[in-house]
Amino acid sequence: MIWLHRYAKLVVASTVLLIAAGGMVTSTGSGLSVPDWPNTYGWFMFSFPMDKWVGGILYEHSHRLIASTVGFLTVILAIWTWRVEPRAWVRRLGFAALGAVILQGLLGGLTVLLLLPAPISIGHAGLAQLFFCLTLVLALVTSPSWSADRPPINDHALRAFATVTTLFVYGQILLGATMRHTGAGMAIPTFPLAFGHVLPPVWSPAIAIHFAHRVGALCVVLAIFTTAIQVWRHHRDRPDLVRTATLLVLFVCSQATLGALVVISGLSPVINTAHVVNGALVLGASLVLTLRSWRDVSVHSVVAGEHRDTGTRSGDMKRSLRDPRGARV
Amino acid sequence: MRMNALRPTAAVAILCLAVACSQDKQAAPSGPPPNAKVVDESKAGNLSGRVTVEGAVPSNPPIKMSADPYCLRENPNGAMFENFVVNNGGLENVFVYVKDGLGGYYFEVPTQPVKLDQKRCHYSPHVLGVRAGQTLAISNSDETLHNVHALPDVNSEWNKGQPLKSMVDEKIFTAREVMVPFKCDVHNWMQAFVGVMDHPYYAITRDGGTFELKHVPAGTYTVEAWHEKLGTQAQTVTLGEKESKEITFTFKPSGAATK
Repeated sequence: MIWLHRYAKLVVASTVLLIAAGGMVTSTGSGLSVPDWPNTYGWFMFSFPMDKWVGGILYEHSHRLIASTVGFLTVILAIWTWRVEPRAWVRRLGFAALGAVILQGLLGGLTVLLLLPAPISIGHAGLAQLFFCLTLVLALVTSPSWSADRPPINDHALRAFATVTTLFVYGQILLGATMRHTGAGMAIPTFPLAFGHVLPPVWSPAIAIHFAHRVGALCVVLAIFTTAIQVWRHHRDRPDLVRTATLLVLFVCSQATLGALVVISGLSPVINTAHVVNGALVLGASLVLTLRSWRDVSVHSVVAGEHRDTGTRSGDMKRSLRDPRGARV
Repeated sequence: MRMNALRPTAAVAILCLAVACSQDKQAAPSGPPPNAKVVDESKAGNLSGRVTVEGAVPSNPPIKMSADPYCLRENPNGAMFENFVVNNGGLENVFVYVKDGLGGYYFEVPTQPVKLDQKRCHYSPHVLGVRAGQTLAISNSDETLHNVHALPDVNSEWNKGQPLKSMVDEKIFTAREVMVPFKCDVHNWMQAFVGVMDHPYYAITRDGGTFELKHVPAGTYTVEAWHEKLGTQAQTVTLGEKESKEITFTFKPSGAATK
């Protein structure tokens, strides 16, 4: 089981790399440098000569190859989880990740063939983050720390804060994707003020999207600090929560700095991509904190659900029903 | 159950949409409308002139071609963007055209294609005109890959790969549009601008900013000059039968007109 967890972590890391490669494609404006799909300039994708990986093709073709690799790794993850994992919901999660990565590939192809229509490109960016979350959840729930016997948290405020924070972060990522794929990244070219004012003196759809992303950033920072303070004040005895909350604060501080630098640098591709990748890390850390805060609640409900789904699937499950806190959920 | 039945239909619809969007050619415009007027060239005049630039002209930034070793080799002395081409005070690569006033004239669409080449990792020419319905032949003279990506607002957008030297693709724009930007997403410095016109009265300034519009029928016209960085300027010109007139457009980069 530990190897499944390690493998899931490998898939998470590969997904971060894939998000970085996708970020470079958009940031360098290379999304249409390979006009065909699934072929590459008529070549079978995997036999496209390396000496032709020039200019924007380097970014787009690398993105496709990394995506194919992640897709292959996800097939193995889904099958492996299905074969060795006793929890039905985790097995289903493995196949949800597989479905997400297949849909993601199709969206990627469709956005190339349809010349990057904003809704499909935004959907592609949004689904990338959901797929990342799925792989992260799989890595988390197959980890030994998830199954470790711990006193329950029973902090309704933390659960609410963490859940709202995660939803805020994902909403903010969708706003950012909308900004990138509608060309609104420099709609407000000054930072921190908007054209020298707190509120933009002129408005257009692009300025509105850009400004909403800035306001969203403030909301996210506020939500993350509220959640982190809740952890630091009331759960100092839980190093797993404190560590995740601290990491989350560090990520969001980096994210705000990178966001400012994106504007100041005039959309430098490297900084822009770092902002996208770090955004995924903010979402990931927030999600892990949320799931850990809900873990003890899920013991009862999931074990009960497992019992309904499969009957008494194993001796372990019978024991876990007697002692939910010690169950692998 | 109904949703399941719809899934194959939706997949086929998406596939058809994708195929339709990747079609090479668009339909040409239809023939002359009834009661269309034809220009009598024996009574037509000429409109010529010059586009000048006043004040300091921004310098063209250098192009970084390190992303493609072939382009680097083909431009051993480096290359600059072609935003501002000034010769003896005249501004070149300006698209000058009759914007308004031609009324109900009908003009035959030329059968000869207009050529746009990709050479030494540049579009050549940088600015050109083509008639709606006329074939635009785009070729690749380079031993590297290019993609030809047209980004019109009125016509349909398309993107075509040309991975091999000597490849030629033929495209047709169906509607008037000033201007259609072209780019290569492989080499992000490559840009061209194509003016799509529904009449033959357009020219691109060359040789010190000069231009000439021949065989223009008598009438009052709005003539516009378009530049990729300096925007547009327009003038109203009245031309009599067999008359030749000269007009001058002057762009000032600091207080440039905008499109």
